[in-house]
Amino acid sequence: MTISLTAPRKVRRLQWLSLPLAIGAVIVIFWLLATFAAPWLTVYDPLEMVGRRLQAPSWDHWLGTDALGRDVFSRTLHGARHSLPIAVGVVAVAVAIGASLGAVSGFFGGFVGAAIMRLVDVTLSFPPMLLAMAVAASLGPGLGNAAIAMVIVWWPVYARLMRAQVLEVREREHVEAAVASGAGRVRVLTKHILPLCWTPTLIAATMDLGQVILLAASLSFIGLGATPPTPEWGSMISDGASQFYSWWVALGPGLAILTIVLGFNFIGDGLHDYFDPRSK
Amino acid sequence: MTRYILRRLFAMPFLVLGIVTLAFLLTSVTKGDPLTAIVSDRQMNNPEVVAAAKARWGLDRSLPERYVIYVGNLLQGDMGTSFITRRPVAQDVLYRLPATMELVMAAMIVGSVMGISLGVLAAAFHNTVIDHAARVFALFGSSIPVFWLGLALLYVFSVQWGILPGPGRVDPRAALPPAVTGFITIDSLIAGNIPLLLDALRHLILPAFVLGWAVAGTISRLVRANMLEVLGREFILTARAKGAGEFRVIVRHALRNTMVPTLTVIGYSFAYLLTGAVLTETIFSWPGMGSYAVEAARGLDFPAIIGVTIVGGVVFLITNLMTDVAYVIANPRVRLG
Amino acid sequence: MSGGETPLFEVRDLRVAFGRHGQFHEAVRGISLTVRHGEVLGIVGESGSGKSVAMLAALGLQPEGARVTGSVRFKGQELVGMSRRGLRKLRGSRVAMIFQDPLSSLNPVMTVGAQVAEAVLLHNSGISSRAAMKRAVELLELVAIPQPDRRVNQYPHEFSGGMRQRVMIAMAVANDPDLLIADEPTTALDVTVQAQIMQVLADLQHRLNLGLVLITHDLGVLAGQADRVAVVYAGQVVEQGPVDTLFAAPGHPYTRGLIASIPNMEVEKERLFSIDGTPPPLGRLPAGCPFNPRCTQTRDICRSVVPPVRGAADHTAACHFAFGISANTDNAA
Repeated sequence: MTISLTAPRKVRRLQWLSLPLAIGAVIVIFWLLATFAAPWLTVYDPLEMVGRRLQAPSWDHWLGTDALGRDVFSRTLHGARHSLPIAVGVVAVAVAIGASLGAVSGFFGGFVGAAIMRLVDVTLSFPPMLLAMAVAASLGPGLGNAAIAMVIVWWPVYARLMRAQVLEVREREHVEAAVASGAGRVRVLTKHILPLCWTPTLIAATMDLGQVILLAASLSFIGLGATPPTPEWGSMISDGASQFYSWWVALGPGLAILTIVLGFNFIGDGLHDYFDPRSK
Repeated sequence: MTRYILRRLFAMPFLVLGIVTLAFLLTSVTKGDPLTAIVSDRQMNNPEVVAAAKARWGLDRSLPERYVIYVGNLLQGDMGTSFITRRPVAQDVLYRLPATMELVMAAMIVGSVMGISLGVLAAAFHNTVIDHAARVFALFGSSIPVFWLGLALLYVFSVQWGILPGPGRVDPRAALPPAVTGFITIDSLIAGNIPLLLDALRHLILPAFVLGWAVAGTISRLVRANMLEVLGREFILTARAKGAGEFRVIVRHALRNTMVPTLTVIGYSFAYLLTGAVLTETIFSWPGMGSYAVEAARGLDFPAIIGVTIVGGVVFLITNLMTDVAYVIANPRVRLG
Repeated sequence: MSGGETPLFEVRDLRVAFGRHGQFHEAVRGISLTVRHGEVLGIVGESGSGKSVAMLAALGLQPEGARVTGSVRFKGQELVGMSRRGLRKLRGSRVAMIFQDPLSSLNPVMTVGAQVAEAVLLHNSGISSRAAMKRAVELLELVAIPQPDRRVNQYPHEFSGGMRQRVMIAMAVANDPDLLIADEPTTALDVTVQAQIMQVLADLQHRLNLGLVLITHDLGVLAGQADRVAVVYAGQVVEQGPVDTLFAAPGHPYTRGLIASIPNMEVEKERLFSIDGTPPPLGRLPAGCPFNPRCTQTRDICRSVVPPVRGAADHTAACHFAFGISANTDNAA
C-alpha cells in the first residue's frame, strides 16, 4: 500500500515561485508597452474633448468620458507615461543617494557615518505621507516637486539597507585579505564590498516601485502632484471622486494603479521567495 | 533590558529635536520671504498682523536666531495660526487627533485579525491553493490605492446597496456624547447611549476595513513566515506524537510562539496606518488629523502643514518606541537573558 | 519466534521514500522487526541510517512528502493506511514517543504542567483540567522530579537537561501506554545524566511492563538495557538478535565494528577504534552489499550481490559471510 500520512492533506503542490513572477512580469511589460506606445495604442487624444461629457462606457469610449468630455481609456493608458518614468526616476535617485550614503556610513563610520544615520533616523521618524505632503506643499505644485519630495522621503530606506549589508560584508575574510594586500580603502569598498551588497537593495527597490507609484498617485489625488490637464492617475481619481455617480471616471485609473502595483508586488514577492528559500 | 529602555528614552528628545529642525527647514524653503510661511496671503496687507508675526517669530533676524525662537515657541505649544481656520494650529490638531486615533485603532484591529488569519491559513495549508489564495488576497491589499478602494466601496455599499452608511463618523443629525476620550465609540458607551455607539461602529466599518486591508498584507506575510518556521520545530512533533489534532497544534502550540514578532509588526504597521489615514479620512469625510493635513496642503496653509507633520512624527516616534519596548519585555529570552 | 502470543509491535518490510516530481529515494529500505509485550528492543545505527525515520513513519509522523509502504502492526492493528484520527487516538495513549533534545522538544511558552496535563486531557475526554493537573503532578513525581507541585508551573527553560527529559518521559507515560519509543533519549545529555535517565526508563519499563524501543547510535547504552538488538545500516536491518548473543558472537562485520568502537575502560588500548568511512548518502548506494566500501572483509561477491539474510531463527544477519559461514557460491552472478 502506498499511502501518504502527512499531517495536512495537500492538494496539488503548485510552484509558487514561477506563477506570480510570471504574472507580475506580464503586467509590468504591458504597462511598459503603454508607456512607450500609448499614442499608437489609443484612438483619442487624452487632452482633448472628444465626446459628450460623462458618457458611460460604450463601444466608442471603452471606459466612458469624464467631466470634460475626454476619453477615459486614452487618459488611463497615457497616465503610464507619467507614472512609470517618475517612479523609476524617484527610486533610482533615492537608491543612488541612499545607497551611497549608507555605504559611506557603514564603511567609514566615525562622525560622518553617525551623522548620516541620525539624519536617516530623523527622516524615517515621519509617516511618509505626511513628510511628502509637507515637502511638496513647501515646494509648490507639480509632478517634479512631488518627485523631489518622494526622493527625500525614500532615500533613508536604502541608506539603512546598504549600511547593514556593508557592515556585514565588511567583516568577511576576503575583505581582510584585500586590506592586508595593501588595497586603498576606497578600492576595498568599491571592488570588494559593494558588489556583494546589492541584493537586498535591489529587491527592495523593485518592490518600492509600486509603492512610489501609489505615493505619487496619492499626492496627485490631494492636489500636490500633477496639475491639470495632465492625465495622472491620482488626479483622475480625484476627478472621479467629484463625479461620484459617474463611476467609470475613476475606474480606469484605479484599475491601472491596482494592476501595476500588484505586478511589482508579485515580482518583488517572487524575488523575495527566490532569495529566501525558508519562506517557500 | 532597563538599559535599553533608558537608552531609547534618552534618544527621544534628540529625535524630536531632529523632527522639529527638519520641519523648520521646510518652512525656510518656501520661496523667498519666510513671511509667506507664517502669514496668509490675505493678511499680508494687514500691517498689524504682519508686525505681530514678525515679532513673534523673529522674522527680521538671522536663520539661527529664527530657529531658536521657533523651538522656543514650540515648547510653549505655539505652532502658529492656521490660515484657513484662523485658530492656533496646536488647538486644531489636538481637537482632531482623537478622530484619527479612533480610526487607526479600529483599522489596526481589523488589519491584525485579517493578517493573522490569512497568515495562519497560509502556513497551515502550506503550498496549497489556500496558501496561494491567502497570499494573493494579502498582496491585493497592499496594491489597491486606499482612496480608490474607499470610493469604490462607498459607491457599492452605501449608494447602490444602501446597507452601510455614507461618509462621516456618525449620522449628521445625531447629537454627540460628552467628550471624555474623543472616541465617539467609547464616549457613547460611557454615556450609555447604545444607538449612537452602534451608529458610530457602523460608520467605522468601511474606513477601518479599507485601511486595515492595506496593512493586513504585511502582517500576514510575517505571520506566515514565522508560523512556517515554528511548525518545523521539534516541539510540534512532540505535540503530534501526543495525539494532538492539527487545529490544536497550530493554534495552541505554533501560534503562541509567533505572538511576539507578530505584535511587533503590528506595532510597526502604525506608520503605514497613519499614512493611509490621510487619504481614508478625506474620502470618508472623517474629521481627523489626516483630512486636516489634506485641507492644509490644498490650501497651502503652511503653519498647519508643518504642525501636523511635527505631531505626526512625534506620535509615530512614540508608537515605535512603545513597540520596541513591548518586544523587549515580552520576549522571555531577552527578559531572562 | 515463540508462537501463540501476538507481538505488541510488528514491523514488516517498512519502506520510506523521499523525493519530488517522480524522483524518489528510499531512506528506509525494508525494515522488519518485532517487539513483544514488556520487551526492550534496541535499535542501533549511525546518523542517517534511517532508524529514526522508520519509527516516526511507523506512527504516521513522517515528514511532508514522504511515501510510506509496508506493514506496521500494533497489537494486531495495521497502522499503515490507518485514518489520521485513528492514529491520533493511539498516539500518546497506547503508543508514545520521546525525542532526543528535550529543550527543543518542549513548547517554550507553555508551562511544564500544562504540557503534561495536555497529554492526559487529549485522551480522557471527561476529565476536568484540575484533575488533569493533579495527575501531571503525580507524573512528575513518578519520574523523580523534586518538588513537583512547585515545578509544575515552571517553564521548560527553567529545568536542566536531565529534568526536561524526565518531563518528556512523564508526558509519554501519562496514559499508561503499552509501547514507548525513545529516539536517542540520552544523546543530548551530559554523560552523568545519561545513566540517570536510562535508569528512569528502566524503572518505568519494569513497573509498567512497557514495551520499549530504544533508538541510539551508541551500542554500549544497550548492553545493560535491551533484551534484543536490531542493527540498522543504510535503511535496512543488517543484524538482529538477543543482546547477549549479539555481543558475544556478532554475525555482521558492521556490528563487530560497532562493538569494537565502544570505549572499554578495563582493557588498555592505544587508540579508540572507529569504523572507517561514512554511511552512503541517500540514493547513491554502492552495488551489492551497502556496507562493502567500509568492510574489512569485503570480497568480490560483496561488491556485486546483495547479501541474503542468514542465521538462526532469532539471530539473523545480512552478510555473505555471516557468522563465519562462507558465501553461498551459487548466489554469485
